[in-house]
Amino acid sequence: MTVLAEGGRRPGIDRDAWVMRAGVAGIALALFLAILLPLWSILSKSFEDRSGAFVGLANYVRFFATPSLADSILNSLFVAGMTTLLVVPLAFVYAYALTRTCVPGKKLLAGIALVPILSPSMLPAIALVYLFGNQGMIRGLLLGETIYGPIGIVMGQVFYCFPHAVLILTTALSLADARLYEAAQSLGTNRRRVFFTVTLPSAKYGLASASFVVFTLVMTDFGIPVVIGGRFNVLATDVYKQVMGQQNFQMGAVVAVILVIPALASFVVDRLVQRRQVALLGARSVPLIPQPQAGRDRAMLAFCAAVGFVILGILGTAIFASLVKLWPYNLSLGFANYIFDDYDADGWRSYWNSLKMAAATAIIGTAVVFTGAYLVEKGKGAGRQVVHLMAMVPLAVPGLVLGLAYVFFFNAPGNPLGFLYGTMALLVICTIAHFYTVAHLTATTALKQLDPEFEAVSASLQVPFWRTFLKVTVPVCLPAIINIAIYLFVNAMTTVSAVIFIYTAQTKLASVAIVNMNDSGAIAAAAAMAVVVTATSATVKLAETLVSGVLLRRTQRWRAR
Amino acid sequence: MAIATQAGAEGRRPYLRVAGLEKRFGSFTALSGIDLTIQEGEFVCFLGPSGCGKTTLLRAIAGLDPQTGGQIIQAGRDISRLPPAQRDYGIVFQSYALFPNLTVAENVGYGLVNRRMKRPAIAARVQELLAMIGLPDSGPKYPAQLSGGQQQRVALARALATSPGLLLLDEPLSALDARVRLRLRGEIKELQRRLGVTTIMVTHDQEEAISVADRIVVMNHGHIEQVDTPDAIYRTPASLFVAGFVGTMNFLTGTKSDPGRVRLGALDFRVAEDALERGAACTICARPEDFIIRNVGRDTPNAFEATIAATEFLGPVVRARLHIPTLPAMPVVADFSLNAVTDLGLASGRAITVALPPDRLRLFPGAPA
Repeated sequence: MTVLAEGGRRPGIDRDAWVMRAGVAGIALALFLAILLPLWSILSKSFEDRSGAFVGLANYVRFFATPSLADSILNSLFVAGMTTLLVVPLAFVYAYALTRTCVPGKKLLAGIALVPILSPSMLPAIALVYLFGNQGMIRGLLLGETIYGPIGIVMGQVFYCFPHAVLILTTALSLADARLYEAAQSLGTNRRRVFFTVTLPSAKYGLASASFVVFTLVMTDFGIPVVIGGRFNVLATDVYKQVMGQQNFQMGAVVAVILVIPALASFVVDRLVQRRQVALLGARSVPLIPQPQAGRDRAMLAFCAAVGFVILGILGTAIFASLVKLWPYNLSLGFANYIFDDYDADGWRSYWNSLKMAAATAIIGTAVVFTGAYLVEKGKGAGRQVVHLMAMVPLAVPGLVLGLAYVFFFNAPGNPLGFLYGTMALLVICTIAHFYTVAHLTATTALKQLDPEFEAVSASLQVPFWRTFLKVTVPVCLPAIINIAIYLFVNAMTTVSAVIFIYTAQTKLASVAIVNMNDSGAIAAAAAMAVVVTATSATVKLAETLVSGVLLRRTQRWRAR
Repeated sequence: MAIATQAGAEGRRPYLRVAGLEKRFGSFTALSGIDLTIQEGEFVCFLGPSGCGKTTLLRAIAGLDPQTGGQIIQAGRDISRLPPAQRDYGIVFQSYALFPNLTVAENVGYGLVNRRMKRPAIAARVQELLAMIGLPDSGPKYPAQLSGGQQQRVALARALATSPGLLLLDEPLSALDARVRLRLRGEIKELQRRLGVTTIMVTHDQEEAISVADRIVVMNHGHIEQVDTPDAIYRTPASLFVAGFVGTMNFLTGTKSDPGRVRLGALDFRVAEDALERGAACTICARPEDFIIRNVGRDTPNAFEATIAATEFLGPVVRARLHIPTLPAMPVVADFSLNAVTDLGLASGRAITVALPPDRLRLFPGAPA
């Protein structure tokens, strides 16, 4: 039998497969260095003493023996529990109105519900200080209680977590099978019973998921308690105080490891829940179209309008606070608070840093995440599952923990990657890693909708896979790619938790400046910076809506039938 | 290495040889001992139930899921270890796998663009292919604007654009409506004959395989049961599996007795084949259309009495479920022409005498699974 080689290429060398394997290996290495190794360093640090010797659980024992630290656990659990109890029912009714009733202006209401996502979490806290603080506009409503403490934290968290819960519950409630309702109706079931036997059970996974997400968000948020927590200590601020205030890195690591526990639990539950949710709606379900019902629709509109008023009111308060010359003594309006150089050594530079960091995160992050998801989804080789698993890790890691992990890992003597420490590049890497999971899942979902045989067809036509990737996969997934870029940009603009540990004088970010200015008493300037950040996110989001409308009409013409 | 050569299209050269092919997924053996030769210009169907390994074999030939053992020789070249891009074939999938964001013309020309062909040459070739599949004006359209049948024809044109030596079709008609499926399978066969391209089609639809294939490869549990022309597969199945899988078949289980005879309960059947030992358990296979009812007398071989339990009108024939008093446990169906039904007044409850000519019967050892 003769073996012939054709076309000048060496037979048997599968160039495509090698390029794919190299890509998978590259992404795996990047995730290993940017996620797993730093997390390992924080875990090992929590078992060491100051000299670096292994001391077993000694640090943990000390943590629980220190009453002020152990109290923080109870405090964190309390505010997280309270917020969950308040936010989930509110968000459920709001999402119910958006999906199951005929309230007018659904798009506007859905948009208003998402406004808090565009702001750093410090913004609602600052607004609450203006409303209920010692010189607050409506402080009488608190009946003598102070806003600095659990009340303020919970109120701020309700604002900050509301959009996350609404998003999850809207998805859950929009998966309704009309035939179930028709069956219930034809059996003469009253509305109350239909709600408790059909609607609520079908949304129970969404409710569980929303509860866990909100609980975790509150447990790990840093921006609200640092502004409005007063003497009420929570775990998130403890990490910061232990590390930045007392330079007690070991104890910081212990608190960080403890912070991972609720996030990890929430992550596991959410995974389980989502697996079930998919099976809920079969391919043959008939989507439910809500019918008008005057009384209910009016009540729902009143509710949504009230919620929307509070959300916009808090944002409005922050804007007002940023414009007032000197609250409450000089109420004349102006832009004096926006001259940041008067309040902070870095002035506007931290904003430009944020903008640069967010742009780099969006561009580099989207390219890395999408390529990585493509290689996992369409590639070959054993490394793919490893990459997928590593990509899921950041969702279970609070930003504070990741930031502290970066300090331990990249600042460690002898780390060859140490040159990154203190650079803008490290902030970008950290932020991409921090928000990797959601972006990765978005890309994976989009890629799963593509025909699995595209790569086989290209190979049979002797077209290398990267050509098909650029000519077909990327254009077809463009809507998802834009979504990922915007998600990364907005989060990079507003995040404070991870980056607060690794910024330097040269790379200070807007969100860090908000915390610093608030700390030094320049609360109006902090409000102004928070407003600038919010305006930037909102502009990008609006630009996306407009540009992608035009862009998608041009590039996605093929979708029309 | 011995490669079995099957009877096939005469005067043609062997084009594709598969020898001792094996595919394992962990401890599961998806394919074992696959030996097959396909002649140049032949249309071969891989037929079998789902999970029989027919798609696995096709994907091994394509290099998409390489085999774990054995050899594949295409046009004298050992392609066993070559990546897909270095093999010579075009492929069409059940899902069409058309690139949704590219126009029909761009899809068809996709494989031509990186072959250093000049743009006018590509456009001309694309137009030629579109005319060939009967869609000369659809070039600027997007796949979503075409019907399923049209999309599959575009996928066929794309696979044929580079004039590959081998065309692989993986259940190309399964996603289509029954009517479109019938028309398109005729068109595929016609196109294949005109171009003379060696073609392998995977299907689970026996009627489809019988109507288009020069030869059918019947597969079951990861190995080949029989390779033959559709006619031979139908008339002379090589195994009980093939007998049962292709067409409708009656299975009469009994015991081998004297030479040329099989004991079926109280009946004594004459059979043409005789390779089994006396006393062996065996199965007689009879097609419903092989029952004769006219001119059946006492001396007609294999005549027996039965009662019509139920009838089913199938158009040109009536299918009758027979109850045979001497074989109460064996349900048997027989097809009678509409003429016979009218002439003889065949209806439910009628007692009749029918016969099965010995030369139409196939005898296999053992009982059907």
